Amino acid sequence: MGYLFKEGIRNMFTHGFMSFAAVCVTVACLVIIGGFSLIIYNVSLFVSDMEQQNRVLVFVDENYDSAEARSVGSQINLVENVREAVYMSREEAVERFVEQQGGGEAYDGIDPSTLRDRFIVTLEDNARMAETVEQLRKIEGVAHIADRPEIADGIITVQQVLNIVSIGIIVVLLVVSLFMISNTIKLAMYDRRDEIAIMKMIGATNRFIRFPYFVEGFLIGLISGAVAFFIEWGLYDLLATRITQTQRLQLLTIVPFEEIFMPMVVTFGAAGLFVGMFGSVMSIRKFLDV
Amino acid sequence: MIEFRNVTKVYTAGNRALEGVSLHIDDGEFVFLVGPSGSGKSTIIKLLTAELEPTSGSIQVNGYRLETIKKRQIPYMRRTVGVIFQDFRLIENKTVFENVAYGMRIVGASAKEIQARVPYVLDLVGLENRGRRLPHELSGGEQQRVAIARALVNNPAMIVADEPTGNLDPQRSYEIMMLLESINALGTTVMVVTHEQELVNRFTKRVIAISEGKVINDGMDGYYINEES
Ligand SMILES: Nc1ncnc2c1ncn2[C@@H]1O[C@H](COP(=O)(O)OP(=O)(O)OP(=O)(O)O)[C@@H](O)[C@H]1O
Ligand SMILES: [Mg+2]
Repeated sequence: MGYLFKEGIRNMFTHGFMSFAAVCVTVACLVIIGGFSLIIYNVSLFVSDMEQQNRVLVFVDENYDSAEARSVGSQINLVENVREAVYMSREEAVERFVEQQGGGEAYDGIDPSTLRDRFIVTLEDNARMAETVEQLRKIEGVAHIADRPEIADGIITVQQVLNIVSIGIIVVLLVVSLFMISNTIKLAMYDRRDEIAIMKMIGATNRFIRFPYFVEGFLIGLISGAVAFFIEWGLYDLLATRITQTQRLQLLTIVPFEEIFMPMVVTFGAAGLFVGMFGSVMSIRKFLDV
Repeated sequence: MIEFRNVTKVYTAGNRALEGVSLHIDDGEFVFLVGPSGSGKSTIIKLLTAELEPTSGSIQVNGYRLETIKKRQIPYMRRTVGVIFQDFRLIENKTVFENVAYGMRIVGASAKEIQARVPYVLDLVGLENRGRRLPHELSGGEQQRVAIARALVNNPAMIVADEPTGNLDPQRSYEIMMLLESINALGTTVMVVTHEQELVNRFTKRVIAISEGKVINDGMDGYYINEES
């Protein structure tokens, strides 16, 4: 057993060029796939962020006192497609506003009575926003509704398109990378076909022959995963700082890599190992039939 | 023990390489298998190492029935037969020692057993000082000795050699035959395929002659040439 492990490691070096090629191909594919996944992840976070900002504000008639205003809330909750309606009094609204603007004396003079009590309404399904807003408008005591349905529609379309496109790209890249990797390893196997034939001739079992290649695939996969991980990390950090620096408005927020460090380690490790070992096993089969 | 009973081999191309071959080789025998090029000698070797399946007939090798052998069992059957080829078939990037040790690794021998057995076998074939070299650093005769050592290392019941001296000069060829004879003297069955008439006639051994896929002679009377051809 120990011998077979050593043999796998040795194989990797004696067929250094092929191993190097396999590592390069695997790294390239993993980096591209990882890059896409990271972009998609960030966009989907951004989208769900937008979605939250896209809550509907339902303003209550300013002549209602706060008890009456609250009773409007129970009516809102009855409307289909309303997930939740959070009450916010005009005093709270002022406080929140001042807080968001960073406090300061400039806002001291705002009089809560100039504002309305409101409900922050989140919907189950943003696609049906227009219809739901119509129903909300019919509730007695509702003075005004602030919605931005055009943004909601836009977001939904963007997200749906993004999902389809990204799944497509990832699938295509995965197939391409498996194909490339198995071909690379097949070439390495072809290089060693005489050796395999000799092993068969002197009575080696298929399991015995396969094991070092399995170890080799395992190592190539592991190394590829590690290299791809660090490249991805570097690229991501570089891009993240660039994006944050160039846009003054900070419209896009990029998740810091540190926050997704562990999932990325696991994903790259698993992907590298899977691809390396699967590639080896897939390609060696045809050389064993001697 | 080798037993061919009425074996016919037709290649997919339609070539009838063997037609109704029957032969029996007992444990401990030394046999030359001779015949002109294309007569079917290599086909016999490939059949008895289960590299090919017979079209009809039955083959028995060291207790394994090859018409019915399971794929899984073939490696174990092959371990009872040490095979040697004209082109040596050594692993180029492994040392002589490793090439020989390889035969033991596949049966799961321990490092200790390998350290004890490989030098003994290298000594037997006269390569006691060559263990650290790579195959391409040896002469042809020496490379063939490595192949013989590898074939011997697991103490197989039988050694089968297909034109082992085809790439060697007459003196080297004779030495290899002497070596095979001494291995036979230690109890291993030896079957040597060759078409070198002079070499065969320097030994007094059983000679099986085949021509066009049929056994045409089998006896102790030296290299047999079919008068008609
Ligand atoms: N793989 C194959 N496919 C088709 N025909 C084959 C194949 N191998 C051998 N033959 C044919 O079978 C016959 C016997 O071939 P074989 O290799 O057994 O001859 P041989 O006696 O070993 O010859 P040599 O002395 O030249 O090595 C020949 O006619 C050859 O052309
Ligand atoms: Mg031949």
